[in-house]
Amino acid sequence: MNFKPNILSQKMNRRDSNFLKTIKSVVSLFGLMIAFMVSQPDWVAAQETGSVLIENGTVITIAGENLANTDVLVEDGIITEIGENLDVPRGVDRIDATDKFVMPGIIDAHSHLNGVDVNEATAPATPQVTMKESIDPNNVSIYAALAGGITSINLMHGSANVIGGRNATLKLRYGQDQQGLIFEDAPQTVKFALGENPMRVHGEGSGIHPSTRMGVEMVIREYFDAAIDYRRNRTEYLDAREEYNQAGEGTPPIPVAKNLRLEVIADIIDGNILVHCHSYRADEILMLTRIFDDYGVENYTFQHANEAFKVAPELAEQGAHASVFADWWAYKFEVYYSTAYNASILNENGVVVSINSDDDELIRHLNHEAAKTIRYGNTSENDALRMITLNPAIQLGIDEYVGSIEEGKHADITIWNGHPLSVYSVNEKTIIDGVVYFDRENDADDMRLDRAVSATENYKDTQSRAYQHSDGRDADACMQDVFILFDSHENRQAFHQEFHNHTK
Amino acid sequence: MKKAVLLTISIICMSAQLLFAQITEKPGFGKFAITNATIHTVTNGTIEGGIVLIDDHAVSMVGENARIPNDYEIIDASGKHVYPGFIDANTRLGLEEVASVSLTQDYAEVGDFNPHMNAFTAVNPNSVSIPVSRVNGITNVVSIPSSGVIAGKATLIDLWGYTPDDMAVQQSAGLHIEWPNAMKGGSWDDRSDEEVQKQYEENLKELNDFWKQAEFYNEMMREYELAPEGRSQPDKNIKMEAMREVVTGDVPVIISVNREKNIKNALEWVSGKERINAIFAGVSEGWRVADELADAEIPVIASSLYTITRNYDNYQRPYQNAGQMAEAGVKVMISTGGGVENVRNVGFHAGYAATYGMGKEEALKAVTINPAEVFGVDDQLGSIEEGKKANLFIADGDPFEPMTQIKHVFINGYKIPMTSRHDQLYEEFLDRDAVVNE
Repeated sequence: MNFKPNILSQKMNRRDSNFLKTIKSVVSLFGLMIAFMVSQPDWVAAQETGSVLIENGTVITIAGENLANTDVLVEDGIITEIGENLDVPRGVDRIDATDKFVMPGIIDAHSHLNGVDVNEATAPATPQVTMKESIDPNNVSIYAALAGGITSINLMHGSANVIGGRNATLKLRYGQDQQGLIFEDAPQTVKFALGENPMRVHGEGSGIHPSTRMGVEMVIREYFDAAIDYRRNRTEYLDAREEYNQAGEGTPPIPVAKNLRLEVIADIIDGNILVHCHSYRADEILMLTRIFDDYGVENYTFQHANEAFKVAPELAEQGAHASVFADWWAYKFEVYYSTAYNASILNENGVVVSINSDDDELIRHLNHEAAKTIRYGNTSENDALRMITLNPAIQLGIDEYVGSIEEGKHADITIWNGHPLSVYSVNEKTIIDGVVYFDRENDADDMRLDRAVSATENYKDTQSRAYQHSDGRDADACMQDVFILFDSHENRQAFHQEFHNHTK
Repeated sequence: MKKAVLLTISIICMSAQLLFAQITEKPGFGKFAITNATIHTVTNGTIEGGIVLIDDHAVSMVGENARIPNDYEIIDASGKHVYPGFIDANTRLGLEEVASVSLTQDYAEVGDFNPHMNAFTAVNPNSVSIPVSRVNGITNVVSIPSSGVIAGKATLIDLWGYTPDDMAVQQSAGLHIEWPNAMKGGSWDDRSDEEVQKQYEENLKELNDFWKQAEFYNEMMREYELAPEGRSQPDKNIKMEAMREVVTGDVPVIISVNREKNIKNALEWVSGKERINAIFAGVSEGWRVADELADAEIPVIASSLYTITRNYDNYQRPYQNAGQMAEAGVKVMISTGGGVENVRNVGFHAGYAATYGMGKEEALKAVTINPAEVFGVDDQLGSIEEGKKANLFIADGDPFEPMTQIKHVFINGYKIPMTSRHDQLYEEFLDRDAVVNE
């Protein structure tokens, strides 16, 4: 049982507290205990929240104008007031932000930062698996990302499969357990992948569909049709069973077995799960928009989308979003015809565009990645910062909670010693739900959570991870865990040696 | 009449040819005067409201005021900044086109000992990544082959030219040695510590044997060359021939080595050689042995400025690495680290080093005059001085800032067209006409 009375009584946010009152008034203590045992209610995992007054900073709200010499009041994890010379409620800590910049926490819409496993690469469609079961809460990369001002990530399944696993939207509450990292109110998202990766893994690797971009389309359409039929048949069966049970006579209906894979795909078609689709070429991007048009799927995001700029008007018309690299290209053939102006072109055309990392190193300076949109295409400063705050929040369906500094939103905030787009500025504090999770002043040499238990083990792990992203060529962090499935031990050694050579 | 028609047709054809054959405009060449600029000379301080004159291939004058002769094309750089072109000393530029397509990779020949391979031979002047790099102010790179233990010789090139000969500044810039690893490669490496050590000793012995063989060969050849009379001529060995200029110290060795233990091993190896001219590349844990590197007077190409090597290290360690080595007295160069497509980001790496302890001035040297000196071309590159090659750029701000735009680039006196695949795609697709197929 995860019941933690101290958290419940002292540190819950308001919503949870009201919920508790309601519960108390309608159920007996006995009923409450039963409720615990049967299913763990959401509010058991209620997170620690903090109250703080951030004083006299330049507040980059993202939603509107920058505000000079302005205070931000945070109570129980929520921004309650923004203004000049605010009163400090009793018991609220103060942070002096004079000459500093206060901006919303950075959100990375594409990350594999602390995934235990990344790819369930055994079938072209695996949406039944979820990254929520693959979160490493002790990974010290979380801390390094916090240092770079990141407060939320989209912890994504890999790109081996056309319809991949479900993703987990996280808040980087370093020090909490797996459950504690989950962004409670975020909608479910799922990974799709087009192009070379699923073609290589399944077509080349296993001799099944897809080995071409034609095959990629049909894998999606076949599964979508199957999911629609399944939902109809399953619903009809459940209704008939209910009828039969109530009637207590007649012939029982022939069962339609529950199918988790098709359940999730049916939910995607019904609009309950948002699609984040790994893609590169303009043709495959358009292909997916046609499928989604046919099946009525809306509100989706293309990930990487290096050629999205070529079809920017079409994406704008569809309302499709794009989450892209600032300047990575040429690491594989499908990104050879790329441009670092991608984000700017999409932005000019009215597409909601975010800049992501897909990388444990790049995630530490996404502010500089955003600044590149000014070099490449004269994007405004606010739009550049929007691409790492509000826009990724929109893409993850969490923009009502985070992504800007506005009253009523979660207090996910970073404080910089200079303008956050400058290479000379350093993030000093990263705050989530009003709680300081990174403070440069109290920053020890070793910030591992599990340093006492597995120093050697972690050391080795980092070595292998480091090889994968020192110069940008291995942008397919998305393909983690994949080739190992097909290769002999010797090949595996050679494969890693290759990384080693690439990056030494 | 017939003649006139033919002439007209040929003129039409010629202009059509000009229109379609020319993907980018040709560079300007001749005499240029950059005026009203803030000139960051690197070696002689900063000049406000200054003038740079470019005459053919060289900078002919740098100063505050000068009468500009009529035949100079004037580039008004009011409010802008002039910097010497950035030099990235550890890249694969020109040796690789698409990282995942093996037939576009020319940096890795088969075999562990290939001192006779020359990057110069395989540099593709038309690599798409070259203009992408140079329009961001990178005027020079060292392109380094890598494979096995000795992969071949690096070449230092201008990022403008129609042939490798046009581009080469230092054709044979250094022999690349991949230092034998005495540590486990990663979590995938399931060898025992004893096996790792044994493997290292075997690899080191191979390298030592090869080196000794090369020294012997060089002595043998030198003796013969000094007094050939009455002696039989020794047979040539192409690998050993390639080693001669290296074992004499005339051409440096670039030793790729990153982790503390390996750096110490490499330092010991170098100290045992009399005439070696060594440069260390990578050095991601250089800060741990900064004093030893300084004592040994070995210059380093810091190539891993973003990557944490040990996960228990503080997050700033890699950013501070270059600065800490410089403070200890090591001559530091900053590089993007063996890549192709984003060599253009070398200034941002330097900016990070500047922020985390190195300071702007030292960080600027690390991408200009330091690599020029280390590779022996500081008479041509690395600063804005009279008589040096006109390799420089004009920016609308601080080039370490990602948001700054580079406005003009000069390489070898050529005024480079500010166009690359990335700009061309931008021009074409920013306001794309929607084609409607009714």
